[in-house]
Amino acid sequence: MENNVLLEIKDLQVQYVTERGTGNALNGLTLTIHKGESLGLVGETGAGKTTAALSVLNLLPKPAGRIIGGEILYNGKSVQKMSNKELMDIRGKKISMIFQNPLTSLNPVFTIGEQISMVIRKHEKCTHRQADEKTKQLLEEVGIPGSRLHDYPSQFSGGMRQRVGIAAGIALNPELLIADEPTTALDVTIQAQILELMKKLKTQYDTSLLMITHNLGIISELCENVAVIYGGRIIEHGPVKDVFGTPLHPYTAGLLGAIPSLEGKKERLHAIPGKIAGATNLPAGCAFHPRCEMCIEKCKSQVPPMATVRPGHNVACFVKAEGK
Amino acid sequence: MENTIQQPLIQVQGLKEYFKIPGKGMLHAVDDVSFDVYEGETLGLVGESGCGKSTVGNVIMRLLQQTEGKLFLQGEDVFSADKEQQKEFCKKMQIIFQDPYSSLNPRKTIRSILSEAYIVQKICPKNEIEKRIQKLCETVGIAKELLDYYPHELDGGTRQVVGIARSLSLNPKFIVCDEPVSSLDVSVQAKIINLLMDLQKKFDLTFLFISHDLSVVRHISNRIAVMYLGQIVEIAETDMIFENCHHPYTIALLSAIPKVDVNDKTERIILEGDVPSPINPKPGCRFAQRCWMAREDCKTQDPTLQEIAPGHKVACHYAAVSRKEAKTAKTTILSSL
Repeated sequence: MENNVLLEIKDLQVQYVTERGTGNALNGLTLTIHKGESLGLVGETGAGKTTAALSVLNLLPKPAGRIIGGEILYNGKSVQKMSNKELMDIRGKKISMIFQNPLTSLNPVFTIGEQISMVIRKHEKCTHRQADEKTKQLLEEVGIPGSRLHDYPSQFSGGMRQRVGIAAGIALNPELLIADEPTTALDVTIQAQILELMKKLKTQYDTSLLMITHNLGIISELCENVAVIYGGRIIEHGPVKDVFGTPLHPYTAGLLGAIPSLEGKKERLHAIPGKIAGATNLPAGCAFHPRCEMCIEKCKSQVPPMATVRPGHNVACFVKAEGK
Repeated sequence: MENTIQQPLIQVQGLKEYFKIPGKGMLHAVDDVSFDVYEGETLGLVGESGCGKSTVGNVIMRLLQQTEGKLFLQGEDVFSADKEQQKEFCKKMQIIFQDPYSSLNPRKTIRSILSEAYIVQKICPKNEIEKRIQKLCETVGIAKELLDYYPHELDGGTRQVVGIARSLSLNPKFIVCDEPVSSLDVSVQAKIINLLMDLQKKFDLTFLFISHDLSVVRHISNRIAVMYLGQIVEIAETDMIFENCHHPYTIALLSAIPKVDVNDKTERIILEGDVPSPINPKPGCRFAQRCWMAREDCKTQDPTLQEIAPGHKVACHYAAVSRKEAKTAKTTILSSL
């Protein structure tokens, strides 16, 4: 198992310094992705999902965002210590990213063919014509006619643009694909197309996947494991079946209870009281304690460590870890 | 259900809303939509972006001038009312907007936002307004200290509660809820849904609940109307839609939702392509281009809403066979993957 680790994030702390104050976006995030694994990362607005994804590729907005502690190891090598050249070799080739908003993640003044083949030409020794040929193949693979190579992003619909983004993401058959809310801006039927496509690609290329979303349904559809993030920390981690079937952390349970179900009786929704912990006003101790029904004295001052409750199923909660 | 005997509160008849797009033609945002909303019920209006569901809400609230069609509130014609009458209708019909960030005036305090309706409608003496606002806050659960705040000082959920309070200020009978929870996080969303349902019970409100989120709509609605490209393709009671829908679009839409339950992995129908443009739509069924069971005559003949069971209407020539064919469609898709 040990040497199977592809990406390891250890106790990562990220801070945003802005004119309006300092925000602690990540506060000791620890996460491991193995080869071939598909991991879902769920959380609500401001939990630090996107920040985690951006830090992996060292893409945090500068100068506001910076890593103040912890480390990110890719294949055992620290990403922070890599030179710009090394990073550029990794971005797109080894680790690639699909962004949330297909309307803004493509450059409007280049054709989509140009944008995809740019990635290929950067990393592989090939002629323009060969790169174009490969781009055509990729577009066909994601369901866009290769003849549309020379069209601009504005000529495509939202769903097609997202598929262009995916085509660019998988162009060089990366080891790890980070998808940051890839379907949030899309309609349900288009979302179903994209999810089906991602499933197909996952089995075809055996790519590891880090799927970031707030939609629990997507995670259950696409991933084997899931990590729940709250206040910049992972609070629960385990196989999707266990975490969604028998959630341990009160926050995970609350999230699941807050979603109206599509089957069964309509019960009153379980709303989590209070507000989501923001980066600028993070409570001491367990970040969830002001909203938690099970909160004990200890929770208010100490940060609960990750504890294994069942094989592979970990939770960061004093109450739940003791009551196993 | 007793709904069938009940008098409709709102009747929408043959509503059309066209927009002229210079150089391109006519955009048929809403194309001949008719439905009733009964007293005390919630009618869910679902569809994907651009299908015209918000336009329906806006036309009902007269925020847009209708191209054609009629609207009756308790039997009274709303669209042909004069200014005085319109002001009266305003007391009975209100709207909650999608985006709590842009629907509250950033330069006004919560207090002055909430007092506006009382001042405009002159329904109580000025010195009584404060009392009414306080009561309103109690009803929806806004802390009184927040009244002197500006909208930007509140978080999204609280802002939406202010929007709800504003819509309640004149004791309306009918509220159009235009995607009231779609910009909120799940845990906050649950709070707002619970609040809306409590208020409905308390004040005997009637809702038109517009949303693209089917699980939310299922939770809150008594009946559901499904829209596609400016038209209603299916309308029925909520359970009927989820258990026994007949329009091929509804079937595909329901199968497309990712489910949280890991043990429930039903096959799905993946629709090809995107929603076609509503500008100068082609004759025939609007859904024919993407339909997995389209026949030749679907491309030429317009289907109309036909009642296939009491209270269950479907606009499809082949509604009778759609569920049987859905089974085979799902298996062929599975084998092609």
